[in-house]
Amino acid sequence: MNPRIARHVYGWLLFTPAAIFFILFTHYPIVRSCFLSLFDNPRAGGPARFVGLENYRYLVDDPIFWQALKNNLVYAFGTIPITISLAMLMAVWVNRQMAGRAFVRAAYFTPTILPMIAIANIWLFFYTPGIGLFDNILQYFGYPGRNWLGNPDTALACLMVIAVWKDAGFFMIFYLAALQGLPRDVIEAGRIEGAGRFYFFRRVTFPLLMPTTVFVVFNALINTFRIIDHIFILTKGGPDNATELLLYYLFQTAFEFWDTAYAAVLTVVIMAILMSLALVQFKVLERRTHYQ
Amino acid sequence: MEPSPFWRRVETLAAWLLGLIWAAPLIYAFWAAFHPPHYAVHFDLAAPLTFSNFVEAWHTAPFARYFLNTILYTTMTTALQFVLCTLAAYAFACYDWKGREIAFALILVQLMVMPDQLLVVNYQTMTALKLVDSIPAISLPYIASAFGVFLLRQNFKQVPIALAEAARVEGAGPLTILMKVYVPLSKSVYLAYGLVSVSWHWNNFLWPLVITNSVTTRPITVGLSIFGSPENGVNFAIVSAGTLMSVAPLLVGFLLFQRQFVQSFMRAGIK
Repeated sequence: MNPRIARHVYGWLLFTPAAIFFILFTHYPIVRSCFLSLFDNPRAGGPARFVGLENYRYLVDDPIFWQALKNNLVYAFGTIPITISLAMLMAVWVNRQMAGRAFVRAAYFTPTILPMIAIANIWLFFYTPGIGLFDNILQYFGYPGRNWLGNPDTALACLMVIAVWKDAGFFMIFYLAALQGLPRDVIEAGRIEGAGRFYFFRRVTFPLLMPTTVFVVFNALINTFRIIDHIFILTKGGPDNATELLLYYLFQTAFEFWDTAYAAVLTVVIMAILMSLALVQFKVLERRTHYQ
Repeated sequence: MEPSPFWRRVETLAAWLLGLIWAAPLIYAFWAAFHPPHYAVHFDLAAPLTFSNFVEAWHTAPFARYFLNTILYTTMTTALQFVLCTLAAYAFACYDWKGREIAFALILVQLMVMPDQLLVVNYQTMTALKLVDSIPAISLPYIASAFGVFLLRQNFKQVPIALAEAARVEGAGPLTILMKVYVPLSKSVYLAYGLVSVSWHWNNFLWPLVITNSVTTRPITVGLSIFGSPENGVNFAIVSAGTLMSVAPLLVGFLLFQRQFVQSFMRAGIK
């Protein structure tokens, strides 16, 4: 074959198998969701009717959507700072010599590899009113128990605690990698200058970890639109929509209410959020490159 | 910079305490699973050990079948990911073809919007393909993985061109060069990607929940969600036993190959 054409042919031939599945299960659904969101649900026998932005008007007036969006924000901004602080702390601790380091590291990391469903099964029992572990502890100290998951004031917080527990060890390893990759000369300089440990962390280590933190923050944000498994076990979005997150609401709309048109609208909203997040991340990383 | 011995000890103690808190839920699940149900909220070191919770859990739900389904689905996904992503990564790393930049940018989209969020249309597609409630249906949306393509492409680019050239001079074709030069030199990346992918899909829940509706297709996570739901009225000792059973393969694998796991996740995360 003519070598000038060959590279095009080989390139496309090698890419085609993957391309088919990329298009079928990522690009086509993206376009199709936007399209479906402009139609109503087909009635028996008839085709779907074009309704323009009608479904979006419904979205704006849908209190559950706004509740879910708010919950998503509370969930993200309530968990991420805590998870990241813990992850950094864990990484700094595990990065130094100490007795039983392997055990401690394994303890931090293990929740990461467990499925969220299994985790929720275990935590469900902690939260069970009356006989659950938390209530047992409270009662032991003479306090009344409470219905942790059944109370709209505490239900979302219960899910957030689990998220922190599961993710901190995961993000720890990225900080651990970053700590081990820190430039030796900077650390030496700090040692020679006799900088205090906390001062050194705040002025040198923390800024150097910034690219990792950016990466971790955006990953954690994306996760809140991806991991909703524990809701199925623990609260099913209730009580009173207190634990309704956007992806869970999408699931309910599509597969419990079978409202495909509105589910398409919710898909478009989630896609828009995720894409804006990615753009922001791109901009932030672009500005931060001088740290790397 | 260097803390005093006193503070070192305090820190070690704090690290241990946090480790203990982090391990507590799992330790607790072990406690509940290996003792008679009565001891779930009743801590007594003299409590008798028992295996009956596991036996009962095993008989309450078709765990063997769920395991088989999970193994089939996970193996299929990872194997197909390896094939498709290797070929695509090879195209992106080693050939300069028309449309390459645009194709690469389009793949990037999947790093933002994943099949996890596109389940409405993907469900319709599976219905049209008559694949609903089948193991391939759980797998197919994930086999073209942007993450995999990126990871492998990055690695292929670091392979010295001279090696590929040498093979070409000896008359090797493109696929031979891929299999004889690029793949063997990327073994550690395949291991990392494989570990991440297997544990990811072993734990995957939402899409399998949507697309399966019978015992013969349901993976372990979906089976476990039915088994553990309070409506089922199974007591906590048995739920714990079932839960531990379903995480056992991953957990044992992790404890045995802790180093590889941690390094793989690290490697996979740093793009």
